[in-house]
Amino acid sequence: MKRQRKGFVLGHYPGMNLWTALFFVYLYAPMLVLVVYAFNDSDRAQIWRGFSTRWFYKAFANDSIQDAAINSLIIAVCATVVATTLATLAALAMARTGEFKGRSATLGLISLPLVVPEIATAVATLSFFAVIGFQLGLLSIIVAHTVFCIPFAFLPIRARLEGMNDTLEQAAGDLYANEWQTFRHITLPLLMPGIVAGAMLSFIISIDDFIITLMVSGAGATTLPLYIYGMIRQGITPEVNVISTVMLGISIVFISAYWFMTKGDDHTTTH
Amino acid sequence: MVVIGIFMVLPMMILVVFSFLEADPYGGVEPVFSLEAYIQILYEIDFDDTVVFNPIYLNIIARSVGLALVATFGCLILGFPVAYFITRQSPRNQNMLLYLITLPFWTNLLIRTYSWILILAKNGVVEQPLLALGIIDDSLGMMYTNGAIAIGLIYTYLPLMVLPIYASLEKLDFRLVEAAHDLYAGRLKVMREIIVPLAMPGIIAGCILVFVPSLGAFIAPDLLGGGKKLMLGSLIQLQFSSSRNWPFGSAIAVCLLALVMISLTIQARSAGKRRAMEG
Repeated sequence: MKRQRKGFVLGHYPGMNLWTALFFVYLYAPMLVLVVYAFNDSDRAQIWRGFSTRWFYKAFANDSIQDAAINSLIIAVCATVVATTLATLAALAMARTGEFKGRSATLGLISLPLVVPEIATAVATLSFFAVIGFQLGLLSIIVAHTVFCIPFAFLPIRARLEGMNDTLEQAAGDLYANEWQTFRHITLPLLMPGIVAGAMLSFIISIDDFIITLMVSGAGATTLPLYIYGMIRQGITPEVNVISTVMLGISIVFISAYWFMTKGDDHTTTH
Repeated sequence: MVVIGIFMVLPMMILVVFSFLEADPYGGVEPVFSLEAYIQILYEIDFDDTVVFNPIYLNIIARSVGLALVATFGCLILGFPVAYFITRQSPRNQNMLLYLITLPFWTNLLIRTYSWILILAKNGVVEQPLLALGIIDDSLGMMYTNGAIAIGLIYTYLPLMVLPIYASLEKLDFRLVEAAHDLYAGRLKVMREIIVPLAMPGIIAGCILVFVPSLGAFIAPDLLGGGKKLMLGSLIQLQFSSSRNWPFGSAIAVCLLALVMISLTIQARSAGKRRAMEG
């Protein structure tokens, strides 16, 4: 058999490039469709009738959309701050204590919200709130969001912490810095990229969450995804395309910033 | 840790307890021990207390498992060549392609699924031009089918398949492929005997990562299945909202968690076995 055929590239399989191209079309075409349909002139979201920006004005002037957006922001900011703080403390505590019994159990516990299907978490949280008699509303959403944001904040912080060694901290100790000063001036600044990355992931996860919010929101507290869901169910105007496009934009900006920020820390992105 | 302990583990336990209680018709539970919720999964209790076998919920479980399997294999077939393709690129391009694959995963699930309504709907992106050109006369009826749900699920979880396979293929020592070619192995044989076996840990991890959330999916069956083709996720949600049967919902959630645990155990087993073989 003549092996070095013309055009033979080691490790290349025919159709691979085309397959990958089609894969990316499949991945991005729906989002593109959504953005294009935000400029739909028709009164019905799904039927294209020419270009127009009128639904943008309508959506931004809509009071209920504004309320939902404000709710979403309040929840995301609160959940992010609390979750990131807790995650930082947990990561520091785990790094400090080194190997201890139950370390892997603790890690498993922290990543629990990542493996349990969201619907199960949602109804479990709802049942829990019912048992302790917690009033459903904005606060219950914040609590629920905080819990499932913790693992997302924890992972980049821990990755950052593992890439650090303690020589600088020891040096600070040698120079008579007390524990708090060392933390404030050495550990925290070094850890900051991880913390910011974790906070950004938490924020996106919280602002995009739908299922858990749906179950624990009760009456009155509507977030943007809940509002979008309501609109989809009730017959759709292009307003829903507009809000969806805006939310898509926010996510893309945040995730891109996160991605290029952590590009140097290879372990945050590959693990 | 304490926070997750309180707000994650405790609620799960409460869920298990709830599944053994009686339903309060106004929502919530009555603190009376009962196996009714579990019996209800398989049997229907008539008004005169006779117990009749009822396959409705078993069908829903079967549909969920079936659709989750379809989604898993769909993701595998679509994703594997792409993961391999990425490892063959320069590091710079690899990073860019990975970014492009990760990006949709972090955008809103609801919105991504909704965009498929625009595509598949009656008079939507696919049908409108076909109708205008006269290729079809009537709606294709693509929405509200199992196929639509499967497309939505595959679309949602594709990145979860590509990334772990990429992670294991990236570590593949390409000299093995060269050696195999030198020993007159054809491309297919190299794929079968070298690349796929070495990618196995990633393939298994990817399959679990796709299968588990597909099983409990709520948004895709709800929006693309029109709430008629129920899956486990939508069934649970229904019990906790309009049906007001919390114990029954809890019992299904416990079954779902059991299925998840089983698949995770299988993965841990196979990973452990491999480590034992290599070690």
